[in-house]
Amino acid sequence: MSAGSVPLAAPDRPVNGVALAIVILLFVLVAVLGFFAARWRRGEATGLHSLDEWGLGGRGFGTWVTWFLLGGDLYTAYTFVAVPAAMWATGAVTGFFAVPYTIVLYPIVFLLMSRLWSVSHRHGFVTPADFIGGRYGSRALTLAVAVTGIVATMPYIALQLVGIKAVLTVLGVGSAGNVLLTDLPLILAFVVLAAYTYTSGLRAPALIAVVKDLLIYLAVIVAVIYLPIKFGGWGNIFDSAETKMGTVNPATGKPTGIFIPGAASYSAYWTLALGSALALFMYPHSITGVLATKSRNTIRRNAAVLPLYSLMLGFLALLGYAAIYAGTKPIDLNGAVNPQLVVPQLFLDYFPAWFAGIALAAIAIGALVPAAIMSIAAANLFTRNIYRDLVRPEATPRQEAQVSKIASLVVKFGALIFVIAMDQSAAINMQLLGGIWILQTFPAIVGGLYTRWFHRWALFGGWAAGIIYGTVAAYNVVNPVTKANFGGSIAAIPGTNIQVYIAVVAFAINLIVAAILSLLFRAIKLPDGQDITRASDYGADENDPKVAQIQRELPIAEPGGPTY
Amino acid sequence: MSSPDVPTRGPARSGPYIITGILLGIAIVVPLFVPAYSVDEPRLAGMPFFYWYQMSWIPITSALVGISFWIVSREDRRRREAVRGVTSPEEEP
Repeated sequence: MSAGSVPLAAPDRPVNGVALAIVILLFVLVAVLGFFAARWRRGEATGLHSLDEWGLGGRGFGTWVTWFLLGGDLYTAYTFVAVPAAMWATGAVTGFFAVPYTIVLYPIVFLLMSRLWSVSHRHGFVTPADFIGGRYGSRALTLAVAVTGIVATMPYIALQLVGIKAVLTVLGVGSAGNVLLTDLPLILAFVVLAAYTYTSGLRAPALIAVVKDLLIYLAVIVAVIYLPIKFGGWGNIFDSAETKMGTVNPATGKPTGIFIPGAASYSAYWTLALGSALALFMYPHSITGVLATKSRNTIRRNAAVLPLYSLMLGFLALLGYAAIYAGTKPIDLNGAVNPQLVVPQLFLDYFPAWFAGIALAAIAIGALVPAAIMSIAAANLFTRNIYRDLVRPEATPRQEAQVSKIASLVVKFGALIFVIAMDQSAAINMQLLGGIWILQTFPAIVGGLYTRWFHRWALFGGWAAGIIYGTVAAYNVVNPVTKANFGGSIAAIPGTNIQVYIAVVAFAINLIVAAILSLLFRAIKLPDGQDITRASDYGADENDPKVAQIQRELPIAEPGGPTY
Repeated sequence: MSSPDVPTRGPARSGPYIITGILLGIAIVVPLFVPAYSVDEPRLAGMPFFYWYQMSWIPITSALVGISFWIVSREDRRRREAVRGVTSPEEEP
């Protein structure tokens, strides 16, 4: 044995030929679909040469397409890999909170998103920061929201790559010895993704999402019926999970995980669910999905039918427990235990190669859909709120589309370099921070949908306070095993020992600061920005005239009337 | 001189919005009230209460949001018809 030449004794993972062939076949099919999407429902007059067409798919997706698109957008490959991984590793609080999270999400979406749709439709807003600019007339606040969105999205894209990587690893592709060889399939997959996103825009992930979602439903339904039968019922699965979570971990001297949360974990559990639910639709890629819909009510109708994905996610989470019973060994290329390989490995161990191939392909393709939408959303933010607002105010729609296409490439390759060059945990830490940061745009965006009571500079101050607290608090969480910073997203409320999700405390600080500063700034009569929206904009539907049209007909229109 | 803010919808009746608010409030608060369900027994097909209870709230929430959609879209249609009935004769010169 030459221990010198191969530094880390990689377990010999044989390449699973049949499964790999299925994955490649489905991947090629999806790539063809992605390029074909450019011709789908194409606007006759302009082609894809505007952000409305390239970046929002023509703003015409109906209920069905939106269901698949948002399903593929919100329930990402990383979710499919990370949630069962968390269940497998530490149990309910870190993993199963995803279920209440994706339950309370939809009433919140129902309440907020149709107002955002209406005002954006009226004014042609493409990004959340566009709305902030129109509502508050504040360049600083617009920029804050845009930059927060871009920075929070980047690591999210990187994590989609982590999802693809997990699939490739269990398939036996790549080796620990050669960095280039390990990442070559990943690079190849991403170049193809970048190419069809560039040519087809949001239409590509919309079409691909249909294929991906059908595959993932098939995989999960079969696994959830077959595995419990094979393992002698859910009772056995849960009993083995309970035993594992109760076992004391020698590294920390505490139980491995939490099977059913005790009183000490209640606040962590529900704040994780609520904070994540409030944050999710502040992410630019979620808002892109909302603004791409056809009418005001499309998103509301979807809020009633999207929970089907939550049900699937819940069962998928339980597969993490099934893997405990099955004794799945998620060994990475370098010989270390990597919980993220648990579900791919489970499929490979217990299903025929061709079916495992379908399930793994579903996860890998599942990474492409959100990665495409996220890169488009980040590119739109850059184009509208940095390039147009700061560099070239007179940019034409055609130029905007061109800049956005190029920006989407830059964003994707940035994420690729992130994953290849840096440690995987860097992406995970950044994503954790991203969730905390993006929630800090909530007061400005959601507050703005209902009221102009908050002063624009007060919102900016609240945003800054929330970001600073959240970052510091997250840094101070130390992983009990590795002693590294950014060890988790739970910390005590300052001055107490009630453990909660950091983002929620940061959000509370943000709101308090924004409210106090609003009173102060109004008292000293600090100028507030111009509001170009009107009360009627927030209830407008697809057939109501857009602002551009109103201004043509009533040329002396003076925006900024009283809003309620 | 400024153009009037032409309303897109007629005035709201509060009833439908209050009912919707209650339904959606239930769908948000109840699934987050952990003390009510963080127990093992009774199990359903081997699944502890903690797990199957939360899973069962997925279809319940879906139904609550669905009912809310039905109520709000009916009210929305009424408000749009109300405003169209009043303003359309004036808009036509």
